[in-house]
Amino acid sequence: MCFAGIDIGSRTIELVVVDGAGQITASFQADTGFDPITEAKKLVDGVSFDRIMATGYGRNLFEIAFDAPTVTEIKAHARGARVFFPDVNTVLDIGGQDSKAIALFENGRVKKFEMNDRCAVGTGKFLDFMAKTLGYGIEEFGREALLAENDLNISSMCTVFAESEVTSLIAKGNNRREIARGLHTSVIRRAAGMIKRVSYDGKIVFTGGVAQNRCMCLLLEQKLGCEVLVPEHPQFVGALGAALISAETSDGPAFKS
Amino acid sequence: MTEDYRSMWADLGLDLDAHDALLGVLGKAYQDIYLSQKSRPEGMGYFDFVMSEVHGLRIKELLDEKAAGRKIVCSYCVFVPEEIVLAANATLVGLCSGADFATEDVEKLLPRNTCALIKSSFGFKLGKVCPYLESADMIVGENTCDGKKKAYETLGGLVDNLYVMDIPQMKSDQGRALLKAEYERFKTAMEALTGAAVTAESLKEGIRAVNAKRAAIHRLSSLRKADPSPISGLDALLANQVFFYDNPARFTESVNKICDELEKRIEAKHGVFPENTPRILVSGCPQAVPNWKLPMIVETAGAVIVGEESCVGERGTRNLTDESGETVDDMLDSIVNRYFKVDCAIFTPNPDRLAHIQEMVADYKADGVIHYGLQFCQPYLMEAIPVEKALEEKNIPCLRIETDYSMEDVGQLKTRVEAFVEQLK
Repeated sequence: MCFAGIDIGSRTIELVVVDGAGQITASFQADTGFDPITEAKKLVDGVSFDRIMATGYGRNLFEIAFDAPTVTEIKAHARGARVFFPDVNTVLDIGGQDSKAIALFENGRVKKFEMNDRCAVGTGKFLDFMAKTLGYGIEEFGREALLAENDLNISSMCTVFAESEVTSLIAKGNNRREIARGLHTSVIRRAAGMIKRVSYDGKIVFTGGVAQNRCMCLLLEQKLGCEVLVPEHPQFVGALGAALISAETSDGPAFKS
Repeated sequence: MTEDYRSMWADLGLDLDAHDALLGVLGKAYQDIYLSQKSRPEGMGYFDFVMSEVHGLRIKELLDEKAAGRKIVCSYCVFVPEEIVLAANATLVGLCSGADFATEDVEKLLPRNTCALIKSSFGFKLGKVCPYLESADMIVGENTCDGKKKAYETLGGLVDNLYVMDIPQMKSDQGRALLKAEYERFKTAMEALTGAAVTAESLKEGIRAVNAKRAAIHRLSSLRKADPSPISGLDALLANQVFFYDNPARFTESVNKICDELEKRIEAKHGVFPENTPRILVSGCPQAVPNWKLPMIVETAGAVIVGEESCVGERGTRNLTDESGETVDDMLDSIVNRYFKVDCAIFTPNPDRLAHIQEMVADYKADGVIHYGLQFCQPYLMEAIPVEKALEEKNIPCLRIETDYSMEDVGQLKTRVEAFVEQLK
């Protein structure tokens, strides 16, 4: 038997297939675009598996279209993160439109979680938007921020206000890298607050697309004084978790495309 | 609506177009949220009828009472003693509402960061869509939270029949004396309004009628302890909501009839959800009609709500008033004793509420608590933090939610509630 997990996020969709032993046999990624369910259909088309479980903000769309079971991103990331780091009890996931801190029991079950509220602040979208304001590509943004010699304080927490703050900092002739660094710091301040609210002991697993940003990881380590562990492909962790949960809860319906 | 009430609404000064729009939204929400539920008790048919006639038949009844010389008193809080209203030969109706209306007009009078409950009560006045409010001979405001207290100053300029009751903030002897003095003043005001004296006999009758209504709700609540739960949290919440404006005797009878049915269901192990469905206690701010947002999310996420620690729920209905007093003064003391136990978050400190939440978790065998806070409701949002802490110390999972009446955060809330339910499974 093969089990798939699909994570339909606000920016990207990931599909991961595992075998009966939980080993990854295939993984795919696509942009969500404006029609997530069509993109999701394209992604599963031609991929072979017996059951599938959906997660991410588009999970209910997938549930309706394919009569597939769903799991929340929180449980999926918790499950996926444990594959790489079985003894870590805190997970930070920052995706396209939300961020969450999850505390786990020793056995891997979710103990407590915190999620950002209804706006984009502290998420991938915020970083994306700010990178554009500064004229950076998203990969370049983190690299350049790392090279900054000083940190600039960005006080606005709201995406809209932060943009005008950044615009005025540019107008005042501030260093672009330092502004970039300041923006990274502001996201980390918020993420660290969430982590502290769910409590953490020692190590943290960082998942979701934003975990690919080295500057974010370093700033998080500095801020919390702990080790931040990032799986090789952090944006696939949710889909992997969903695939494994599908394998572990064998009662779902067989997949019919 | 089974009858044409348009001329009645026009006579009350309602804005008919706006009112049509409101009833349209309400009807659709009721259809989608309530009538789509599976295995509902048959007795809920009574509440379906009440809801379909919420601005129709019930208003006609109230207007008929008025025509016969009875006065209609409207209030926004469980501290306004219905016993005294009934004893003075008047009818009490709760006015709180759970939908945004005429928000732009409201924000000309109240700051934007005012809680949805207060904004809504203003919206229904300014939008001219509440037939209860327009039927009132007296509107009773009360000094509970700062938001309501200050909002009544403004409401006083919009209506000509506002009476404001002071409420203590500490459970001290002085606090009790204040409540007693205020209830005496209210009794005098009621007598002046109706021209009927509150006598030992009429007050005893009032106490009995309200106690019977509470006892019926207590019976309903107690049946929710069963697993599988014989009634959904949505339906039980509706009974608690209708508590505030239905005819007391008819309400009591209808709830008892549902309870008879639920007892048979429990015997047959017939539930609205399967056995071992995760059980949730909702604690916090009141949820007035048609604010069904949270229970709808919870009960479509695979959990069942087994209790409401809320004014629209057990905080409002807990404890009967002692019926044994023989003089008006004795009975007023009993009324004060009963209401002084209400553990509203405006009291400081408020340890009883913390104890009651934990008691309810045990009694209703709840697996977790969702603390429901309305955005900008300082008293409950502040208490949410110690509540969560106390529950976590006892390993009772708690999810703190802060929301309003809008639908824009439903997706987010759904994810959080679903993840919480996964946590309980």
